[in-house]
Amino acid sequence: MIEIKELHKYFGDLHVLKGIDLNVEKGEVLSIIGASGSGKSTLLYCINGLEAIQKGEVKVDGVSVHAKETNLNKLRTKMGMVFQQWNSFPHLTALENVALAPRIVKGRSKAESREIARAQLEHVGLNDKIDVYPSALSGGQQQRLAIARALAMEPEYMLFDEATSALDPELVGEVLDTMRLLAEEGMTMICVTHEMGFARDVSDRVAYFHEGVMEEIGPPDQIFNNQKSERTAKFLANVR
Amino acid sequence: MNEPISFFSGFGPKDLWYLAQAAWQTLLISVLSISAGTVMGIFFGWILSESKVVGSITIGFVLDAFRSVPLIIQLVLFYNLFNVIGLAVSPFTAGVIILGVYTSALVANVARGGIESVGKPMRRAGRSLGLSYFQTMRHVVWPIGLRAVFPSWVGVALGVLKDSALVSVLGHPELLKVARDLITRTQQPLLVLAVAGAFYFALSFPISRYAAHLERKWQS
Repeated sequence: MIEIKELHKYFGDLHVLKGIDLNVEKGEVLSIIGASGSGKSTLLYCINGLEAIQKGEVKVDGVSVHAKETNLNKLRTKMGMVFQQWNSFPHLTALENVALAPRIVKGRSKAESREIARAQLEHVGLNDKIDVYPSALSGGQQQRLAIARALAMEPEYMLFDEATSALDPELVGEVLDTMRLLAEEGMTMICVTHEMGFARDVSDRVAYFHEGVMEEIGPPDQIFNNQKSERTAKFLANVR
Repeated sequence: MNEPISFFSGFGPKDLWYLAQAAWQTLLISVLSISAGTVMGIFFGWILSESKVVGSITIGFVLDAFRSVPLIIQLVLFYNLFNVIGLAVSPFTAGVIILGVYTSALVANVARGGIESVGKPMRRAGRSLGLSYFQTMRHVVWPIGLRAVFPSWVGVALGVLKDSALVSVLGHPELLKVARDLITRTQQPLLVLAVAGAFYFALSFPISRYAAHLERKWQS
């Protein structure tokens, strides 16, 4: 379970997150929507400790992410993260990209980690690209590679930071399909997204962020059809 | 009667052997100083890329000095300094040390550029997988960044190979020193210099071919 309490985040004088309270249960799919600069991506970075926080607390399975005594490297293996820029490692083949962390971080043998990598590449439908370098892959394939890379650590949570925003429109579908597949398999997911269709169809809950505040959270039906907040309604009217 | 004693005699096959031995010395000096200089240079470049402040107050100035002062001055200066302070080092050792430090100053900048070319998103991708800072450096940042500047490094290495000729001022019998001695004896400067030049080419050419091969391999 991910518990976020009274979380405040500043970039210099800029107050990016203004007291976020949010719990995500095991098995839940949460989508976070909102305009650019509303703090939704920053929230993901705070959850896996890539950004420091100024106030409040984030706990993952009861472990405080920002506490000094926490072994962040170990905690991060519980949380896979997929970025807007897919950041494939260009000097490694698809298989090596996925096999790297199991070998280095978890100390698996070379053969074991390659086996894990092979399975995850098949999982995301890249079994025919095993020995290919990322430069020979399309954006959509590279993003699926990034998903496989994260899954290879057998995470309990997956964080998606606008995973489809940097993709050409015709490549968005394959990545969303992979994310849908994960959701169906019961993965706990937090997806920052601009894909309203995905948020509506796949999520258990949808949160709308506005200027660093979680304006509204609820089931997709509430957020998309019966908004309680004026701002949510206005935002959705604009993106439709 | 005996043959007349002659100080001057023509360029013979034996001299080719002298030059080959000298080329071996040049190769030895170059390989040692380039290797040591590259390892140190990557370390310095990493410090420079990590912290502008720490980097510039600790090693920034020293590296700038080594890059800016002509190598020949550094060689003569430090060689004599070593001897003045009672460190009896051979011209060979002094040459390798000074050339190595000089190389590290050049490589530091190249390496810094490469390491800095790997942006925050790539580093975060590594960290998000649970890799520690050093694991991210070792397996992600350095391989990507250093490959990006590999052509510049080859330029530095070939430059240093040629600059090793300056070690001749310390009197070590490397290519240029031996070539000069042979010129004095044979009075055939064009021939001797052409042969010495051919040796330098023979040393450099395989390196640049191999480098080009590596670059092609990495690009595919």
